[in-house]
Amino acid sequence: MSSVPDDLRYSKEHEWVRVDGETATVGITAFAQEQLGDVVFVELPEKGARVRQHSSLGVVESVKAASDVYAPLSGEVLERNVKVIESPELVNSQPYGDGWMIKVRLADKGELAALLSPDDYRSHIGEGSAAAGD
Amino acid sequence: MSRIRFETGAVTEMPALEPLLYELQRPGRTGRHVRGGEEADALIPAAFARVAPLPLPELSEPQVVRHYTHLAQLNYSVDAGMYPLGSCTMKYNPKINDRAASLPGFADIHPHQPDETVQGALRLFHELQELLAGISGMDFVTLQPAAGAHAEFTAMLMFKAYHLARGDPKRRRVIVPDSAHGTNPASAAMCGFDVTTVRSDGRGNVDLDALTAALGDDVVGFMLTNPNTLGLFEERVREVCAAVHAAGGLVYGDGANMNALLGVARPGDLGFDCVHINVHKTFSTPHGAGGPGAGPLCVKRHLEPFLPVPRVIKDGAGTYRRESLIEHPSSIGRVRSFGGNFGVLVRAYTYIRTLGEEGLVETGRDAILAANYLLALVREGYDVAYERTPMHEFVLTAAKQKTQGANGLDIAKALIDEGFHPPTVYFPLIVPEALMIEPTETEPKETLDAFAAALLRIAKRIETDPKAVHDAPVKAPLRRLDEVAAGRKPVLRYRPG
Amino acid sequence: MGQNPYSPHTDADRAAMLARVGVTSVDELLTAVPIDARGPAMGVPPGLSELEVQAHMERIAALDRTAGAGPFFIGGPVQRRYIPAAVPVLALRGEFLTAYTPYQPEVSQGTLQALWEYQSLVSELLAMDVVNSSMYDGSTAVAEAALMAVRLTGRRRVVVANEVFSQFRQTLATYAKGPELEIVEVPTRELAASPTDAACLIVQHPDAFGTLVGVRAIADAAHAAGALCVQVTEPHANALLEPPGALGVDIAVGEGQPLGIPLSFGGPHLGIIACRDALVRQMPGRIVGQTVDASGTRGFVNTLQTREQHIRREKATSNICTNEAIAAITASVYLSLMGPRSLRAAARIGVARAHALADRLARLPGVSAGTEAPFFDRFALRSPLGGGLRTALLADGIFVGEGIGRHYSGCGDGVTIQCTELTTDADIDALVAAVEGMTARRPVAAS
Repeated sequence: MSSVPDDLRYSKEHEWVRVDGETATVGITAFAQEQLGDVVFVELPEKGARVRQHSSLGVVESVKAASDVYAPLSGEVLERNVKVIESPELVNSQPYGDGWMIKVRLADKGELAALLSPDDYRSHIGEGSAAAGD
Repeated sequence: MSRIRFETGAVTEMPALEPLLYELQRPGRTGRHVRGGEEADALIPAAFARVAPLPLPELSEPQVVRHYTHLAQLNYSVDAGMYPLGSCTMKYNPKINDRAASLPGFADIHPHQPDETVQGALRLFHELQELLAGISGMDFVTLQPAAGAHAEFTAMLMFKAYHLARGDPKRRRVIVPDSAHGTNPASAAMCGFDVTTVRSDGRGNVDLDALTAALGDDVVGFMLTNPNTLGLFEERVREVCAAVHAAGGLVYGDGANMNALLGVARPGDLGFDCVHINVHKTFSTPHGAGGPGAGPLCVKRHLEPFLPVPRVIKDGAGTYRRESLIEHPSSIGRVRSFGGNFGVLVRAYTYIRTLGEEGLVETGRDAILAANYLLALVREGYDVAYERTPMHEFVLTAAKQKTQGANGLDIAKALIDEGFHPPTVYFPLIVPEALMIEPTETEPKETLDAFAAALLRIAKRIETDPKAVHDAPVKAPLRRLDEVAAGRKPVLRYRPG
Repeated sequence: MGQNPYSPHTDADRAAMLARVGVTSVDELLTAVPIDARGPAMGVPPGLSELEVQAHMERIAALDRTAGAGPFFIGGPVQRRYIPAAVPVLALRGEFLTAYTPYQPEVSQGTLQALWEYQSLVSELLAMDVVNSSMYDGSTAVAEAALMAVRLTGRRRVVVANEVFSQFRQTLATYAKGPELEIVEVPTRELAASPTDAACLIVQHPDAFGTLVGVRAIADAAHAAGALCVQVTEPHANALLEPPGALGVDIAVGEGQPLGIPLSFGGPHLGIIACRDALVRQMPGRIVGQTVDASGTRGFVNTLQTREQHIRREKATSNICTNEAIAAITASVYLSLMGPRSLRAAARIGVARAHALADRLARLPGVSAGTEAPFFDRFALRSPLGGGLRTALLADGIFVGEGIGRHYSGCGDGVTIQCTELTTDADIDALVAAVEGMTARRPVAAS
């Protein structure tokens, strides 16, 4: 069972979002990293870049797969996680912690409405709500 | 396969099967292959002279010979045993082909020599063009492409030129089946085309409804491998081609599996507008540890104006010459420096002339028989991806074994311990835990029996003790390699210190 | 039956196999094939015995005049050079030659280590960070370098020097038709002034006429304008000349055939492509990396494969799959045997012979050899006969390079002369005598 923390919002493309005021932290979910396998490479936008909701913001790669990371929200990149670029295994070991990818200054808080709740995301990945946390 | 031993005082930083050239070298230790020319140093202005060090290893010839001999011994090869990589047609590579290619009249001629001094090479080019046209059922052939993917790219450029010449520039989309080789969409993308993928139906054919729905007046063409990567002959191939043509598109034949069609059917008779031939598969030229191959592209008459230059033609007087762009203004141009991977093409020509018409017919039929025989032997232990009569190869799924605790990769590695090269695994992408097996016509029945017995032993072992195959291979020179570590911290060359 | 001499099947084997399959004939396995298309005639002549085919091939080969048959000054990307005896003996061993792409690294360490060593050797020769494990040839390496620069910069304009080998420029032009790039050809001397909006500047050094080119200034100009610098190079020149990596070059490409690979009428050869570390994710083709196995022993694997078509499909950096691995292994064996000393010697002899020859030719009336600028082991020979000199010399059994006027606009007419370590004093004497005879027969005023 994949971990789906209750304090986050999710996209259908398996990104998670933690909103703190005007800032959102973005990463990929435990489910996504399990599907990918051992992550060997992460490519993220530079600080100051603008990302648009639903468009690709970067790439995560395992040995045999490459997957786009889609921006769950639009905004300006305030910071990218240099640690995850240097140590891509953090995406596997701490997807909701040190494996985060970028922090974004939200352009439109209204976009949050398009994101999934933890329960919705659990059913999206085919796991009942009983699977919450682990 | 034997684990090799070597005598050396080299200090290696970690355990190694064979030291690196750099670990064997000592400054001042060198052969004397070429010497002299010191007067040249005064002829090169200081501003251009090499200041950067040139730290190439310095080795004696005996050391070099042993190094590469040891390395060679670490390889599995067709010369050593059965190599049933699906869609790669790892048949025996006849040695007469290599000898023919090394004849001075073929190996020691320069592509810039005038036509009148290379009439033999040009004649061989021309005869091979004609032979391949007859074998594929097409009208014209270019021998330029260096590989199948290169031929795909060549053809996509020709398709583009064809549509443009007809005043139809809006076609920007290429359709491929979901079972296609990765080269197909990649080649289309290199031409700036968008790629639409259509699904396969329950019998492993292109889903004709899905294809029809995907077709439109923006479609450049459709790329189809037949038999496809499931080893299955496209049951409605003519309807597929007709549907594409009705929409104004062209049909590209990926000839990766042409071995199955030798003497069985010709792409040119099935509705394809062109087909490439991987001579390193069908026509027995060695795969060279990854290449070179050659990918002649055979086309119907309507595509002829767009073929790359130079092409070899025969003049009335019986002499041969290379035609230039001036004579072929509609040509897409040159897709490589010179006329083709000639040394590979000589081998293919030698093979075709050795086998002759009857030998080629027998080849296709024997390849099909071998695959069907092998499938009959192994199906008691494995599920087949599609329940149909295969052509020259078949695809098993290890989905059942996965539920038992071992996956397709484990089976592949276990086969190494049984003394065989594994089949293609995890392709085609539409089959979970795919094992794609192509025995070819050159494996004797005893070897097919032994391979089947090995596969069945592995299946039995997985039923009772799946963990037993997790450690495989244990008899190969190395255990499983850490590809994740290689990807995270790429070490792509030797760095001293 | 018994028509394929490499088929091991006896009629009894076939009967047993058919019985196991549950059919009486292979025809019963072909029901998916349209009936009217089955069993086509292919028009292939009847098969031959090995002896017969050997004789047949010898007869065809004998129609060619080999490069070694007389004075030979053709060169360019493909060069007639000395191949140490051990090179083909080792590189063409069946264990290398009859293996395929090392998909299963545990049983392919020979291929993988040899290719990794190739990457290392060529990196050092070019002083570049990374080399892939081969492209088809020098021309497709140039084209792929341009595509790489386009991806890296997001620009669609490629500026290439006129003095880049014509075959390379022509292949680049063909490839550019795919993504519809703008290709601009300018003389090398104008290259540094042309980087505006360019993805890359492509310079050749030594150029098609052997001229030495100041690459550093071109690279600086490219970088100042946000473009990349691609240098077309050739292996032996790097033994004596400052290599691309020391000149600020981002991507170095070239034809690797001179590294122990036969002329073979133009292929199979070896495309070299090298780049800086930072660009490796956009590099096309296979790359071998070092790692360890489960017991900690050093080993090698194909790596960074997510760039490639079998994973990325239409988003791959290139469509290349089958490459020229055995040619890369051949180059690796060649460089191991030659070492720095013999490699330098081979390069030096070519340079020395070319200069000695050019000096003698330039003394002939109406003849110019080389350019005002310094040159390496190749030069342009201009005479009153122009490109016609080529045909005239052929009558004397002397081969010289391509006519210039046809392939290099704005470079005048003439022929190119390449020297290598295989060029002999007798070859030089023969060429000088022949040119002297021809130019003496024609009044200089005719030029």
